[in-house]
Amino acid sequence: MAPSVTAAIHTSDAPESHVAATAPAPDQNPLRRRSARLGERAIIGVLFLCGAVSVVTTVAIVGVLANETIPFFQQIPLSDFFLDTVWQPFGIPGNEGFRLGVWALVTGTAHVTVIGLLVAIPLGLGAATYLSEYASPRVRGTLKPILEILAGIPTVVLGFFALTTVSPFLREVLGTDVVDLFNSFSGGLVVGVMLIPTVASVSEDAMSAVPQSLREAGYGLGASRSRVARSVVFPSALSGIVAAVILAMSRAVGETMIVALSVGSRPNVTWDVFSQNQTMTGYIAQSVGGEAARGSFQYTALFAVGALLFVLTLALNLIASAFVGRYRQAY
Amino acid sequence: MAAPTQTPPDLQQRSFEEPRRRALREAAIRYALLAATSTGIVVLGILLYRVFSDGLTYLDFGFLVSLPSRIDPDSAGVSPGLTGTLSLMLIVALGSFPIGIGAALYLEEFAPKNRVTALIETNISNLAGVPSVVYGLLGAGLFVGILDIGRSLLAGGVTLILLILPVIIVTSREAIKAVPNELREGGLGLGATRWQTTQKLVLPQALPGMITGAILGLSRAIGEAAPILVVGATSARFRNNSPLDLFDQFSALPINIYNYTFDPDPVFTQLAASAIIVLLGALLLMNGIAIYFRNRASRGNA
Amino acid sequence: MSPGDTPADEQGTTVDQDTTRTEAAPAPARPDAQSTRAPQRDLRDQPIDREVVDPVFELRGVSVYYGDFLAVRDVELAIPRNEITALIGPSGCGKSTLLRTLNRMHDLTPGARVEGAIEYHGHNVYAPDVDPVEVRRRIGMVFQKPNPFPKSIFENVMFGARINGFKGDADALVEKSLRRAALWDEVKDKLHESGLSLSGGQQQRLCIARAIAVEPDVILMDEPCSALDPIATLKIEDLMRDLRDEYSIVIVTHNMQQAARVSDRTAFLSLDVKEDGVRTGVVVEYDTTDHIFTQASDERTEGYITGRFG
Repeated sequence: MAPSVTAAIHTSDAPESHVAATAPAPDQNPLRRRSARLGERAIIGVLFLCGAVSVVTTVAIVGVLANETIPFFQQIPLSDFFLDTVWQPFGIPGNEGFRLGVWALVTGTAHVTVIGLLVAIPLGLGAATYLSEYASPRVRGTLKPILEILAGIPTVVLGFFALTTVSPFLREVLGTDVVDLFNSFSGGLVVGVMLIPTVASVSEDAMSAVPQSLREAGYGLGASRSRVARSVVFPSALSGIVAAVILAMSRAVGETMIVALSVGSRPNVTWDVFSQNQTMTGYIAQSVGGEAARGSFQYTALFAVGALLFVLTLALNLIASAFVGRYRQAY
Repeated sequence: MAAPTQTPPDLQQRSFEEPRRRALREAAIRYALLAATSTGIVVLGILLYRVFSDGLTYLDFGFLVSLPSRIDPDSAGVSPGLTGTLSLMLIVALGSFPIGIGAALYLEEFAPKNRVTALIETNISNLAGVPSVVYGLLGAGLFVGILDIGRSLLAGGVTLILLILPVIIVTSREAIKAVPNELREGGLGLGATRWQTTQKLVLPQALPGMITGAILGLSRAIGEAAPILVVGATSARFRNNSPLDLFDQFSALPINIYNYTFDPDPVFTQLAASAIIVLLGALLLMNGIAIYFRNRASRGNA
Repeated sequence: MSPGDTPADEQGTTVDQDTTRTEAAPAPARPDAQSTRAPQRDLRDQPIDREVVDPVFELRGVSVYYGDFLAVRDVELAIPRNEITALIGPSGCGKSTLLRTLNRMHDLTPGARVEGAIEYHGHNVYAPDVDPVEVRRRIGMVFQKPNPFPKSIFENVMFGARINGFKGDADALVEKSLRRAALWDEVKDKLHESGLSLSGGQQQRLCIARAIAVEPDVILMDEPCSALDPIATLKIEDLMRDLRDEYSIVIVTHNMQQAARVSDRTAFLSLDVKEDGVRTGVVVEYDTTDHIFTQASDERTEGYITGRFG
């Protein structure tokens, strides 16, 4: 900006009396900053600090996890942790019977995640398609809120449902010799139900973002509704749908209460989804009340598993947001 | 489509589907999709049926005020859990509302478009996706561990504040974004400073939406068991000490539910269901309040 | 053409050979007006000088960038005090952009950059020690779409005054501002009803009253009537002429008849298209309104006035 230049044609500096009462001296710049406005700057500073709390939180999470995990891996070689298949963190390292292969826990998580996705993806996508392409506004207005209610049920309540209703039902239908009371299948089913609203709403967002003109082009060519949905809407909304699936995966991995109540506490590397198992999250939730005194090895093991969990879900979330970014950009 | 008509010779080569079969197929698909949509709703119905049929037996006013019992189901209650949940709600509201709304105002109205701002925004989205049990580990490691405030109400409360902060920030930002820009231009055009415009024009307009979002965030917090379980919420029966003793042990409804559910005795299953009814009742109340505010917001902006 | 020609000019255009000018002349719908085709100068007996002797704004070499895009280039203008200056031109040529440089509204647009010198009573508006808030207290703005606050009429008028620390008699200020904006009679009984309950034209007058209550020096108007019906438009044009005695007014309008009706001086902006297709807004001609509409010097101006383009 050009520096202040007093113009050759100098009109009277002091604004006339009808300008705000505080008229400055004639040779002073009336536009100059009147007050330092410190109060305002302080307020904006406080607001900035509120925003910074989130950064501090992330630093704290990483710090706390690293704080315990680093000494952990000083004692336990990484290869043992990631390759051993038995998880028995009792006693002290080096003892007989002390094995820390995280695969046993990962198996439990994997069972629940896969079964959950097998339930949530078809049902969630089906719901999204119906709501987006078929339902009248009135029907949509009724069904969507109910799905939102489902999304709002606390997971501990869903866990109750899994243990007291789903498991006994499975045991009745398939036989108690096939299905344990605690098993990963029940947990997976209920996690799947929990995820239906997530898959449905993110996918439906993506589908609604597809411009109506594309659909009309399809209908105009004589395509049926399902054909339009399949060949026009789905491909256009694909990034959003992929995002929904990855997001659901991340939530399944991180889900705690449903699995803590229904999957069990005996981690095991197995294909048998009807047997008792334990997930990473279940392990953390169930161990805290127990013998894990601070400073003990079991305590550090908790954080090591937590760190693995954090890294996994973070990676999945970042991938999902990349896909969300892509579908938002397209329109 | 009408009954098949005579197709002209040149069109007979093409394989158009017979109209009636197509209509049937379309109807089948439509009903299949409707069934898919309804599955979740049906499961919800079964769940609620189960909870209410189990839970009404032992649910009475005494349930709300008595201590948990291992011996006598009739006198068992969720008093520590209920008071714990109420205290937690208070702490979480007092902590998360100002910080969340403040952060949202900063990001929407004052933050320059630079790297620091982008960092903060990415951060918030990432935090929203971190599993709640990891927040519990944060609470256990930082508050109980390093800062040594014990397995206390304060530790649990702050952990929950951090958990729902991203949610509150996101909903508040939506509410602020919904305020039309003309309002801000009008204020600034009159010589208002940015804070004056924000405080006197934007904030009043966005407030109902913010409150709705905040209450919904709060209702999520009170249903969470994992983080406070890891921080050290207890289900032991203890004498009714002051519910607001920040440094004392604490309990919460979800914890009560968790513990009652695990007990193999079927009576405790019913007690768990009763506790669930209380929890769902509280959630219903909060969501009702949130919807009331949302309606007031849309009415006020007529 | 000497200043004394102004009265004759009103009749002079009728005998002008170029009959295509007739489209340019305004046809006010007021029944009491004489059927003139050029704007009425009502209370002004003396004509205006073509030379601006008492500028409230001086713009020298002003260019406005949005990021790398040059929206307006090299503007040289002196805007006189106590007159109505109109900025006209086809869509997209930078009229609003230019207007908003005068009260630093571009501060709010990320990536916007103003170069050159804009002086208000001799003081550079963009100097580093200048407070944009102080600028806007003296240079008020009325927007294209009326934007009253969701508050009562009373609160709307008082808003600006209150944040500027006004401690006097609020009722008096409200009445004075509403009278000045020709709105008092219509709202005096419902001052505590919402500003949004008024009609479009009333809302815009409320916005003008609100701007006046701050007691500015200059009022900028960005297409103030484009969202209003013709009757409301005429009321606001009358109001503008009234306000000219106390305030300096700069108005952007895409309706050149309005400029002809209302303004004392007019700047015609247009798009300068380079070989590479890059378009930039420039001021093509700036003169008294009479001159622009009757004897434009530049053929582009004449082309726009006569409706050949735009």
